[in-house]
Amino acid sequence: MSKNIRYLVPLIIFIVVAAFLYRGLSLNPREVPSPFINKPAPDFTLQKLENMGEQFSNKDMLGKVWLLNVWASWCVACRQEHPLLVQMRRRGEIPIYGLNYKDAPSQARQWLKQHGDPYEISVVDFQGNVGIDYGVYGVPETFIIDKRGIIRHKVIGPISTNILNECVMPLVKVLEQEDPQVTPTEYQRVEGCA
Amino acid sequence: MRLHLVIAVLSLVLGFNAIAVFAKEAQPLAADPQLEKRVNDIAKELRCLVCQNQTIADSHADLAIDLKNQVRDMVGSGKTQKEIVDYMVQRYGDFVRYRPPIKPTTYLLWAGPFILLVVGVVLLISNLRKRKLAIADTPLSADESERLKSLLSADVSTAGKNSGGEVKPS
Repeated sequence: MSKNIRYLVPLIIFIVVAAFLYRGLSLNPREVPSPFINKPAPDFTLQKLENMGEQFSNKDMLGKVWLLNVWASWCVACRQEHPLLVQMRRRGEIPIYGLNYKDAPSQARQWLKQHGDPYEISVVDFQGNVGIDYGVYGVPETFIIDKRGIIRHKVIGPISTNILNECVMPLVKVLEQEDPQVTPTEYQRVEGCA
Repeated sequence: MRLHLVIAVLSLVLGFNAIAVFAKEAQPLAADPQLEKRVNDIAKELRCLVCQNQTIADSHADLAIDLKNQVRDMVGSGKTQKEIVDYMVQRYGDFVRYRPPIKPTTYLLWAGPFILLVVGVVLLISNLRKRKLAIADTPLSADESERLKSLLSADVSTAGKNSGGEVKPS
């Protein structure tokens, strides 16, 4: 009896190791889980890209569900998601605000003229300080922020049609239903965002 | 006279400024070696999120340089290492630390090697014991000692002759 099991031990070890390695293959090491999920979005007040004399603050958005999209004219992956963002703005389903990250404002404006402007407002984070505050480590990143100013999800990398339909829009719909006066005991989640 | 003094002071100030600017341009790291050492010590504890197997001290990625500058600012304003690491963890999560913290989700990570070591030692000891038992002396039975005696005496009487062993051909 025990002899028979002994021959199985290497096989069992192999299966366990293989299972772990297989799981590891399907994980993306670039997707570092954000510690900000379900925490208040860090406060910022920055100049508007299109009108540097005026300022915009995340606090202006309290009471609304909105997206904060981190972008830059030097960012190649941003071009990938850009048409989708422009489409979203045309449909007017959700306001998108841009955080222009470590970019030259003149080049950023030029870029928007060339590719279309999906943003209600873009703000200038020239030094990247607000980026650090938000834990940005790659562009593009998109934060979904609820009516109470809580970050509910972060999309790392370009938004695809798939992510938009499975995660972003369903989550936005859930957030739209929430009452900003009520502090939820548990934050609702959307399966597509997992 | 007074004008001369003003010019002297001005040129001194401007001169210093020029030196300071030059020094900064040439080798900003040597500005304060002690501060830089502290910055580096802390930077060695922090993972660069873009090039994930490097610390921000080793990395030349843009983000690593930004974070190093942030660390330098914070050290300059008198923050302790713990405060700075906490600041980074708040923004980037535990992943940013090269030494993972000890908490329930990382117990296995920290204890794993020692558990494996203990398991290995236990297996080794039990195997050695078994082997020792396997080769333990067992007394000869009566039959066997009889046979041994006859073989030994036969060996003595036939000394010098071949008793059936292998023979080297002559």
